Amino acid sequence: MTTSAASRFVNVGERTNVTGSAKFRKLITAGDYAAALDVAREQVENGAQILDVNMDEGLLDSEKAMVEFLNLIAAEPDIARVPVMIDSSKWSVIEAGLKCVQGKPIVNSISLKEGEESFIHYARKVRAYGAAVVVMAFDEQGQADTFARKTEICARAYKILTETVGFPPQDIVFDPNVFAVATGIEEHANYGVDFIEATKWIRENLPHAHVSGGVSNLSFAFRGNEPVRAAMHSVFLYHAIAVGMDMGIVNAGALPVYDDIDPELRELAEDVVLNRHPDSTDRLLAAADKFKGGKQEARVVDTKWRDQPVAKRLEHALVHGVTEFIEADTEEARAQAERPLHVIEGPLMAGMNVVGDLFGSGKMFLPQVVKSARVMKQAVAYLMPFMEEEKRLSGADQRQAAGKILMATVKGDVHDIGKNIVGVVLQCNNYEVIDLGVMVPVQKILAAAKEHEVDVIGLSGLITPSLDEMVTVASELEREGFDIPLLIGGATTSRIHTAVKIHPAYERGQAVHVLDASRAVGVVSQLLSAENKPGYVAGVRADYLRLAEQHARAQEDKVRAPIAAARANRHVLDLAKVQRKPTFLGTKVFHNIPLETLIPYIDWTPFFSTWELHGRYPEILTSEKYGEAAKNLFDDATAMLRQMADEKWLEARAVIGFWPAAARGDDIVLFKDENRSEELAVLHTLRQQMARSKDKPNLALSDFVANEASGVADYVGGFAVTAGIGEEAIAQRFARANDDYNGILAKALADRLAEAAAEYMHAQVRREHWAYAPDEALSNEELIAETYDGIRPAPGYPAQPDHTEKGLLFDLLNAPEAIGLTLTESYAMWPGSAVSGLYFSHPDSRYFGLGKIDRDQVIDYAARKGYALAEMERWLAPVLNYDPNRIAKIAAA
Amino acid sequence: MSDVETTLRKLASERILVLDGAMGTMIQQRKFSEADFRAERFKDWGRDLKGNNDLLILTQPDAIREIHLEYFRAGADIVETNTFSSTTIAQADYGMEALAYELNVEGARLARQAADIAQKEDGRPRFVAGAIGPTNRTASISPDVNNPGFRAVTFDELATAYGEAARGLIEGGADALLIETIFDTLNAKAAVFAIEEIFAERGARLPVMISGTITDLSGRTLSGQTPTAFWNALSHAQPLSVGLNCALGAKEMRAHVAELSRVADTLICAYPNAGLPNEFGLYDESPEAMAVFVGEFASAGLVNIVGGCCGTTPAHIGAIAEAVKGKAPRKIPEVATKMRLSGLEPFELVA
Repeated sequence: MTTSAASRFVNVGERTNVTGSAKFRKLITAGDYAAALDVAREQVENGAQILDVNMDEGLLDSEKAMVEFLNLIAAEPDIARVPVMIDSSKWSVIEAGLKCVQGKPIVNSISLKEGEESFIHYARKVRAYGAAVVVMAFDEQGQADTFARKTEICARAYKILTETVGFPPQDIVFDPNVFAVATGIEEHANYGVDFIEATKWIRENLPHAHVSGGVSNLSFAFRGNEPVRAAMHSVFLYHAIAVGMDMGIVNAGALPVYDDIDPELRELAEDVVLNRHPDSTDRLLAAADKFKGGKQEARVVDTKWRDQPVAKRLEHALVHGVTEFIEADTEEARAQAERPLHVIEGPLMAGMNVVGDLFGSGKMFLPQVVKSARVMKQAVAYLMPFMEEEKRLSGADQRQAAGKILMATVKGDVHDIGKNIVGVVLQCNNYEVIDLGVMVPVQKILAAAKEHEVDVIGLSGLITPSLDEMVTVASELEREGFDIPLLIGGATTSRIHTAVKIHPAYERGQAVHVLDASRAVGVVSQLLSAENKPGYVAGVRADYLRLAEQHARAQEDKVRAPIAAARANRHVLDLAKVQRKPTFLGTKVFHNIPLETLIPYIDWTPFFSTWELHGRYPEILTSEKYGEAAKNLFDDATAMLRQMADEKWLEARAVIGFWPAAARGDDIVLFKDENRSEELAVLHTLRQQMARSKDKPNLALSDFVANEASGVADYVGGFAVTAGIGEEAIAQRFARANDDYNGILAKALADRLAEAAAEYMHAQVRREHWAYAPDEALSNEELIAETYDGIRPAPGYPAQPDHTEKGLLFDLLNAPEAIGLTLTESYAMWPGSAVSGLYFSHPDSRYFGLGKIDRDQVIDYAARKGYALAEMERWLAPVLNYDPNRIAKIAAA
Repeated sequence: MSDVETTLRKLASERILVLDGAMGTMIQQRKFSEADFRAERFKDWGRDLKGNNDLLILTQPDAIREIHLEYFRAGADIVETNTFSSTTIAQADYGMEALAYELNVEGARLARQAADIAQKEDGRPRFVAGAIGPTNRTASISPDVNNPGFRAVTFDELATAYGEAARGLIEGGADALLIETIFDTLNAKAAVFAIEEIFAERGARLPVMISGTITDLSGRTLSGQTPTAFWNALSHAQPLSVGLNCALGAKEMRAHVAELSRVADTLICAYPNAGLPNEFGLYDESPEAMAVFVGEFASAGLVNIVGGCCGTTPAHIGAIAEAVKGKAPRKIPEVATKMRLSGLEPFELVA
């Protein structure tokens, strides 16, 4: 592109499109929205003026993904500053997106595909949401390919929009369909010219309307050869922009400047794009390899392959599309074979498999594969008379086709290049192909399959909704009692989708995903061979079963057990092991706990993590990577600790308490005294809801306390400790001295001392205060490894993520007055170097992660706590297994 | 175009129109007690009602009608109904969601009664703009800093609430609908969406007025848009007027009004606060001082409709009406036909 032409051209960022970027698709399907936002940000930084967002992926809840991503973008001003293009083939996804965008977006796209009535309906909606719109040149007959069709449809859409709907013409963008050229199919050769001329016509005849297009389609035939593709795009844009194309979905970073393209390549690409010679495609093809990578030299014509054995020669001819020697070579192979058919099943099929492998790995392009198929056809044609003669001699019937294949692009989809190529390849291999064309309804497919008594049905589709339609066809086949194989192909189809969605819908027959045209013959020949079919189908089934199981496992995280079921699967406490009564009931306060006492209890590993030195203590002190830094830090820390203890910089305090307790459902009731008649408080706990089998319980902390009904007297403790009394003064002292290092060091040590105090108090509790383990004698390492009985879980941590439970605990302990430890309104402890939690003594008790919980439990939990549901959801937001907004909306509807 | 819109556009081409001032300020002056807010009908209501100013439409209708009349008599051509918070969403604070529709119907009726009285008194036509406030929730901002994707309200919930309010206002006889104090443009888009649905059902339109609010000196809405981006996002409503109100005084608002005045090919409406709040949170710019600033808007050809927001009184409106009297209204500019989009910032397709 030259700069003056380019300056008018709006570059729509395409990297946040799951159908255009494999990287983005992976991030979204993995739920990694943070990284997905980085992709968006990078694009805006690189100059994208509009951000195309597309979530059309068969295995994704596209509406949800669209909403989630747009909502997240709204919170990122450096991304949200540019307008969004809401891109989907599903209206519901577009509409969901329109409801999330405060600016004025562009909808991509609507069309006359389903007729005027729905076109008008959607256009009115787009207008009501205040968006501009991309209109595809597409009508009831299909997608416009020629200049005449493109201009006719755009003119009609323009008239409807401006006259019937009242749509402002300047808010209309036409997409006259960029199609692949140089596919080897003659009708495709003029597609580039048709687009460019239609663009010119639209700009001259439809005032204020714009023209856009997805440029990457153009060079689809040269997948894998980026330099050739980029040259084609650049040349195409150069000519299209000159006549008024003013918007495009382009990877701008990958486009060479028109003038910088190797003149030879530019000329060849231009010949193809502008369809200047009948042999343009062949010439670009012949030269393509030369430009593939910088280092590759042009290939010298090589005739050495002629010296190889005949099977290798046939393979070479197929791979390189050479027909020159094919009859001679086929004859030579026939002479060596027992039967003519064996030549097809042997060396020719082997050669086609090589073609398939090369195509699959991007080393061959579509037109080359079509050429290979033509070579194959010639070989088969040469063998045909011999096979008929064989049949005549053996008295068999007239020549029969190897099999009948019905092919169709499913309803709602018009893409047929891939399907046509599969048709050509299959016909070359002596299969009879019945092609029903595009947008074929399921009834028509079934009726034709019956009428023609076909052996295989092949479905094709490129857009996402086609995936659902294929499932419909599969289940209709099942319902109608078919058992013939069903082939699935097309750009959005996948092995995983076929395994998870289509295969289960058609148990009687066999659905098989066919990766590309070159594989079709292999798959069909296996399926139609009485001998090979059973083994092949068994292999496919095993493969799909494995894929479906993997997929189900990945989804398992999301499957929750109903709360009633989770409760039924609680941990059953061993009542015989309930511990003794504590030595006192009520609370006890400890001031001035000597820091020296706490030092041995310090867990140093997290201390080093604070400083980004990752590794276990004490090994880290001798680690090759961090050893020196860790050692210096440790020396400073121990020196400061000594000073802290000697000069009493900090004071450690604790308050602990024990109360008679009993589990009541998922709650723990605390009683005023041993009579257990008057309730003091109710602690609330949450229960794991992951779908679990019997051998693994769904835990709640209440499981570790004897149940009310058991009649067994049990107890629960609580504690709050701080080592932060004086912390603020130290921090300020270092801040005044601008001594950040010592400031952070002091803070990190205070945190460690608070943890140490919690560990120390817990040991004291086990040995003296509750005294259920009076003889316990553990090393610090054993303490850190938690080899003792009992736990001290803290609200806000994995076993009980609800921070608000701290409020109750602090009341029970009277922590603010007892030790000067308070809670902020968000339930953070102040001073910050503090730990609080509950004591459970039962040997069964253990730490666990709650995981995600479902709405049924949250409703119940909120009611138990007397909170409004919405508020409870806010506190529990990180552990919710659902989107409260969405649920509330559904409930209200 | 509706008849009212034709009339208003004709009047606006002849002179600068005057909108009323603050309702809240006038209600505060009357020092209503909790019992006054409740009256007989809500005496047993379970929650405190003092502060639910919109409820006075039902419990102190004479006072509200009187305030409207005071503004008309001070020189206002258009008054706003007392329905800023009369949506199911905003009334939920008082448990009065079910009253939202009634508040809008009665609110419009009271204002229209006042308009009829004023019209009879001096023969000048008067208009009622049905006020649709922003609600207390934002559709494009998360209230939870830790969860930026979270939304406390959805587009559909807002559209439902706004739709109900607009239906009530139309039923009660409002001449126009004023979507005001817009701090989140997505909220306003939901309002426009709902209103367009009602217009389509009824087969008749009302003039729509749109007024955003620039909340601080960054020159952006709370949700981060510049004035032009805001206009691009709402121009599809084809409003009678677009403009700004609240948050800033006339002085601080000027640059943003000027920006809208350049880009918007419709009437411009500005009704600032009586200055910035003082250290006691009170707006204390005098009627005279404010009239100087707003009068300058008119001299500079920036505005077509002016009025007052927080802290303004009939005295302010009287002074403003006087200040703009005889000054030529802004001419609507010819804006080149181009595709204009927006994110937080505007985008214009050059070609």
